[in-house]
Amino acid sequence: MEKTKRISTDKLFKLFIYVALAGLAISIIIPVAWVFMASIKENSEFYGSPWALPDGVYIQNFVEAFVEANMGQYLLNSVMVTALALLFLLVIALPAAYVLSRFKFFASGLLNSFVKAGLFINVSYIAVPIFLLLLGWDTQLRALLGEDFFLNNRVMLALIYASTALPFTIFLLSSYFETLPSDFEEAASIDGAGYFRTMFSVMLPMAKPSIIIVILFNFLLFWNEYILALTIMPGENKTLPVGLLNLMAAERAAVNYGPMYAGMVIVMLPTLILYMIVQKRLTEGMTVGGVKG
Amino acid sequence: MSKKKSRALFIFICISPAIILFTVFMVVPTVEVFRMSLYRWGGLSGSKQFVGFDNFKILWNDMDFIQSFQNSILLIVLVAIITLFFAIFFAAILTRENVVGNNFFRIVFYIPNILSIVVIAGIFSAVYDPEEGLLNSVFGILSLENLEQMWLGNHDIVIYSIAGALVWQAIGYYMVMYMSSMASVPASFYEAAALEGAGKIKQFTSITLPLIWNNIRTTLAFYIISTINLSFLLVKAMTGGGPGGSTEVFLSYMYSQAYGNSTYGYGMAIGVIVFSFSFFLAAVISRITKRDVLEY
Repeated sequence: MEKTKRISTDKLFKLFIYVALAGLAISIIIPVAWVFMASIKENSEFYGSPWALPDGVYIQNFVEAFVEANMGQYLLNSVMVTALALLFLLVIALPAAYVLSRFKFFASGLLNSFVKAGLFINVSYIAVPIFLLLLGWDTQLRALLGEDFFLNNRVMLALIYASTALPFTIFLLSSYFETLPSDFEEAASIDGAGYFRTMFSVMLPMAKPSIIIVILFNFLLFWNEYILALTIMPGENKTLPVGLLNLMAAERAAVNYGPMYAGMVIVMLPTLILYMIVQKRLTEGMTVGGVKG
Repeated sequence: MSKKKSRALFIFICISPAIILFTVFMVVPTVEVFRMSLYRWGGLSGSKQFVGFDNFKILWNDMDFIQSFQNSILLIVLVAIITLFFAIFFAAILTRENVVGNNFFRIVFYIPNILSIVVIAGIFSAVYDPEEGLLNSVFGILSLENLEQMWLGNHDIVIYSIAGALVWQAIGYYMVMYMSSMASVPASFYEAAALEGAGKIKQFTSITLPLIWNNIRTTLAFYIISTINLSFLLVKAMTGGGPGGSTEVFLSYMYSQAYGNSTYGYGMAIGVIVFSFSFFLAAVISRITKRDVLEY
């Protein structure tokens, strides 16, 4: 008697677990899948039940988003800014992390804490001061050359993205470099390799797993970022999320929903594909830098 | 000597770009936030006047700021408690129970974390839409029409709608974090406890919870900092602070004062208050949750 009772509470518990898991999974999958479905609906299909399946694939939404709402140009901008920012970040952060974690020199401890303090600085606080800084430079430049340079510049945006990602990236890479034994450097030194040679051909290749994690995280960060891009790129050259923001406002005012959802698909599809490919690395990697970060 | 020199040169070349960029684009703007808060700075005309703590005195009587303060506190408390509860619950299930499709759930729960906050704003605008919205239509199908709401139009409800979106976004991230620290608890502890007759809930409260306590404490600071930040990004993209300022939060008010209104000094004073407040709150929380660390 007691045994059957035990089994039934166990079964109830299992049932409860699966209901809870399925509930959360549905609440995530349905809205995301719904956006994909809505992106191929014609405008007239948005009246009535939101659960109606699309009558057909109305590809015109994407054409409208790409051409009329300029999302094609913004996509290129985003690709360029993200790629450049990742390049800047790696070129700058890798040597810095290597030296900061493995060399003792004058003020090395101080510099380490200095960079680590940057982990507490949030981009949302400093977006406006960065805008004013660039505005100030532009004002001076205009007096000299009669041209603007710093605002509305995609390369500048990429450089600023890379700069704001430095503290976390250096922190993550340093914690990896610290775990390596010094035998490698000694061996390289005996073989007659200089400092640069040791770094490029011995130490950096070993950091490949950490470098991949750095690229993954910062790709998501740069691709999805919008407040800096909105603040310092007020002109034509918008990035995808800012373009989407405009598109959402415009289409909602014009009661033309299709292209808006097409725009959302354009923004999230690259990240979803990337995530499907590397999800294991990403969720495991998060715990490497995340717990302490 | 030359060896020493080449070492110094190497170090200099490697770290100076990083240090320079970090200083110019992060440290200087941060210092500027504090410095500018002491000025009355009226926009692009560039009239700058040192006014000491005047901006902070005005802030004290600014009802809009006080409203945004209340909204932010409400969001921080709600989002932290609800997310913490769900994230720990699901982390415990996925690490301790042999769930079919374990991997599938972990992958799906993390998806919101990789979406742009602009996309999340778009998704939740569709979910909360009063007429053709997903949420209201679900209530309609279940014949619970009296639960249908103007989720983003009603002053009293809209802040909870924002909280819902923030929780949805955050659960997976924190769950993965808790899972990794739960996975490092040795299985033998649970076996021993089961032999002693401890049930699942007892095992959870006396083994899992104490052993991951330090991890939870760290994430409490994350909740504060990230809710302040993400609520701004979400509100800016979704409601713009409306209706009638009922979703205005700390940083959205700061941004609209500084960038929209061009009263930079006043905006930066808000930034200083928020920055200090978040640190103060994180320190207090960390202090009152301090327990002796259990080693294993």
